[in-house]
Amino acid sequence: MAQYEKILLKNMEQPGYTGSLADYEQAGGYQALRKVLKDMQPDQVIEEVKKSGLRGRGGAGFPAGMKWGFIPKDHPGPKYLCCNADESEPGTFKDRQLMERDPHQMLEGMVITCFAIGAETAYVYIRGEFRLGARILEKAVQEANAAGYLGENVLGSGRTIKIHVHAGAGAYICGEETALLESLEGKRGMPRFKPPFPATHGLYQKPTVVNNVETMANIPHIINRGGEWFSGIGSPPKSCGTRVFCLSGHVKRPGNYEVPMGIPFREFIYDIGGGMRGDKPLKAFIPGGASAPFLTPDHLDVKMDFEAVAMAGSMLGSGGVTVMEEGTSMVWAALRLMEFFYHESCGKCTPCREGSSWLAQTLQRIWNKQGRQGDLQILEDLCRNIAGRTVCAFGEAEVGPIQSTLKYFRHEYEELIREAEATMPPSKEIPVFTH
Amino acid sequence: MLLEKFKDEVTEILSRYPVKRSALLPLLNLAQREEGFVSEHAMRDIAKVLGLTPPQVFETVTFYTMFNLKPIGKFHLQVCKSLMCALVRSDEVVIWISKKLNITAGQTTPDNNFTLSVVECLGSCGTGPMMQVNDDYYEQLTEEKVGRVLDDLAKDGDCSLKSGPFMFPKPLVKS
Repeated sequence: MAQYEKILLKNMEQPGYTGSLADYEQAGGYQALRKVLKDMQPDQVIEEVKKSGLRGRGGAGFPAGMKWGFIPKDHPGPKYLCCNADESEPGTFKDRQLMERDPHQMLEGMVITCFAIGAETAYVYIRGEFRLGARILEKAVQEANAAGYLGENVLGSGRTIKIHVHAGAGAYICGEETALLESLEGKRGMPRFKPPFPATHGLYQKPTVVNNVETMANIPHIINRGGEWFSGIGSPPKSCGTRVFCLSGHVKRPGNYEVPMGIPFREFIYDIGGGMRGDKPLKAFIPGGASAPFLTPDHLDVKMDFEAVAMAGSMLGSGGVTVMEEGTSMVWAALRLMEFFYHESCGKCTPCREGSSWLAQTLQRIWNKQGRQGDLQILEDLCRNIAGRTVCAFGEAEVGPIQSTLKYFRHEYEELIREAEATMPPSKEIPVFTH
Repeated sequence: MLLEKFKDEVTEILSRYPVKRSALLPLLNLAQREEGFVSEHAMRDIAKVLGLTPPQVFETVTFYTMFNLKPIGKFHLQVCKSLMCALVRSDEVVIWISKKLNITAGQTTPDNNFTLSVVECLGSCGTGPMMQVNDDYYEQLTEEKVGRVLDDLAKDGDCSLKSGPFMFPKPLVKS
């Protein structure tokens, strides 16, 4: 099995590493911040991150340096940084590890980012369920404050940078950046229309950068070792660096694995993940969290980078790879995901609010062998009328599992409907889905 | 009043934000931690502190699934049912708990000790099936492990099987 250099998980995999400030400093921590404050201008930091080709690790994959570059430099009032630690995409559990095992790594990245964009205040929006993670982060912030890496006059530079940990309260959609901002403002977490983008009208309508935990954790390494070094890792020019991919489902060794982008799924699932649990053949896999359309064994040689996965008709998203073995019903899998999306639809846009419940009802009826001829047409029509007609990307996300299973496993749906028709009298009342 | 009891904490929370309303979720979390649920008087208190109307607080509370509007048991068992956990048979966890405590999802035991909920993804997909009990995660559940967790919680109010700082898989120790 090929060995790859670890960047983000390197410290925490050392025996005895606790993630404390002392441990982090001993591993070379906060040297990047010192370098930035001593030798670099904000513009140079942004340039370096642009050069690195670092793209957002939360799901959308937007170039981080470019995002920072959109922040107006001459804006007179406050600017903000929000670190998105909402980690709510099913299949993804990397940020939890990055926060709980090496919190200073992301905090250092946040301080550097604040310096680069000229923000004095940053918030970590962490999902409410991660109580342990929030406590660990709060402690790390206190440590960093006491050591002068945070607070007023950071390392004698005259700059003030404060970080606050803000816990959410259970809402998937708050991982969407504008919903996150609404939630942080103490409102219902409903996404905003874009434009205007958060770069100009973000938190409290002030210029704001929202970046994922893993994105932030990469920053100190880019500063220490240079943008050019980073852009040589992975699958340049568009998918640079490593990623912490999360493996779950029917595999022998699920978990978080940091590998360079661009290795094939086959290597990830079979070599690194140890292959299928119980050695049944693989039937389907989700390449990038619940929002990503399903792929099949034919796609095992697709490279794990943004472009290649998009070419294959799915997306690399948040990096959550979920594997399903032969014998798993794809209708059931789509239903489980659809129930999730139905529960989590925020209710702002009609196509998503109404469509998600209609999709869930229709799928449940098919799965319960009470489907009817025409149900597949209903599913397809609904999917077409939801995707692209909502304020945020949730619309595309919720139809992904259904459209892709209909594409690759249509016969399973048809089979269930055939069985239903054979057993159900035609006049039978349509069952109503209750939640 | 609830918030007077936590005056220092409330002041600290308010100091984090330039706009008061931002403190709403943290204050609601505080209220729920204290009372086990978000009561009407807590919502009225919070509204007053933040200069909001009670409906503004209520509309926000109802958006977030973690806020309980009614009292629940001492231990809130939340079992993840989303696809990734379901693939590793999280539905059985619900059955094990139901069998042992004689309650179904949404119910509380007569001694008010346990409330069972079935919830969506808690971000623990590689170590499923899993459940959250109050602040703590319990992962890679088996019937035996669930039994021990429930016994320990009923007896001692705590269980040593809860997850610590997360890392999975554990790194191999080089010999």
